[in-house]
Amino acid sequence: MVRICVSFLHRRCHHSIGGTGCERFGPEIGGLFRAFPAIIPATATLIKKREQQKKERAGYGGAERGRAAAAVDVAGAAMGGLGLVTFALVVWLRMREWKTATALVMGTLAWFLVALSVWQLREMFCRRMRAQRPNVLTHTLRPAADRKPVANRR
Amino acid sequence: MKDILLRIVIGGVAVSAFAMLGELLKPKSFAGLFGAAPAVSLATLVLTVMKEGKAYASLEARSMVLGAIAFVVYAAIISRLMIRRRMQILSATTLGLRIWFACAFGLWYGFLR
Repeated sequence: MVRICVSFLHRRCHHSIGGTGCERFGPEIGGLFRAFPAIIPATATLIKKREQQKKERAGYGGAERGRAAAAVDVAGAAMGGLGLVTFALVVWLRMREWKTATALVMGTLAWFLVALSVWQLREMFCRRMRAQRPNVLTHTLRPAADRKPVANRR
Repeated sequence: MKDILLRIVIGGVAVSAFAMLGELLKPKSFAGLFGAAPAVSLATLVLTVMKEGKAYASLEARSMVLGAIAFVVYAAIISRLMIRRRMQILSATTLGLRIWFACAFGLWYGFLR
């Protein structure tokens, strides 16, 4: 809930920055600020804090874990950013021909589809990489009786 | 004044809806997608169309494409910095904002000016 409130406030600032940019410098410069990453610092900080507290409550130092969780969230935002590029492209190319609502709904759909596809592709790639990597831990812990006999041992 | 209030209401509702969705979903990398949701853009574009017309909103969206490319670069770099270089969030995001500005205005200078 706190995260939602903070992101609300940050987005309000973002909103103001975008709005002011458009009014002052026109649509070409103002449009750049429609994709200003104002929310990322706030959400990353909150995620880090929450994960760190969770780990510390369990009796571990959670700074590293908190930073990793925040980094993963930001990596997700990078993938969502590709969707945002698509959203802007759809709105730019179709706003004049289509009704406003249609252009925006189609843009949002395009954002979701692209973001989801990129995320799934990345997941597939990571899963494949993990499968190819030898599992050092299970190999060393496997009991000697289970190991395959070496053929040419003398 | 009415315009500002309308912006607050539409933007607030859209942002809270996307933030809540991001909060509910797992894993973290998937929830992170909603950090780049076009919630505010939706609200502001509706208002821009109402106030300035479709042509103006379309021009804004053209610049937004470049801003969004800069956003991708920004997010990819700071997530790398935090994982590989173990950089603190504040330092990474502050450096990232400079990268966003450089990238966005560089692209604008290169393609739209």
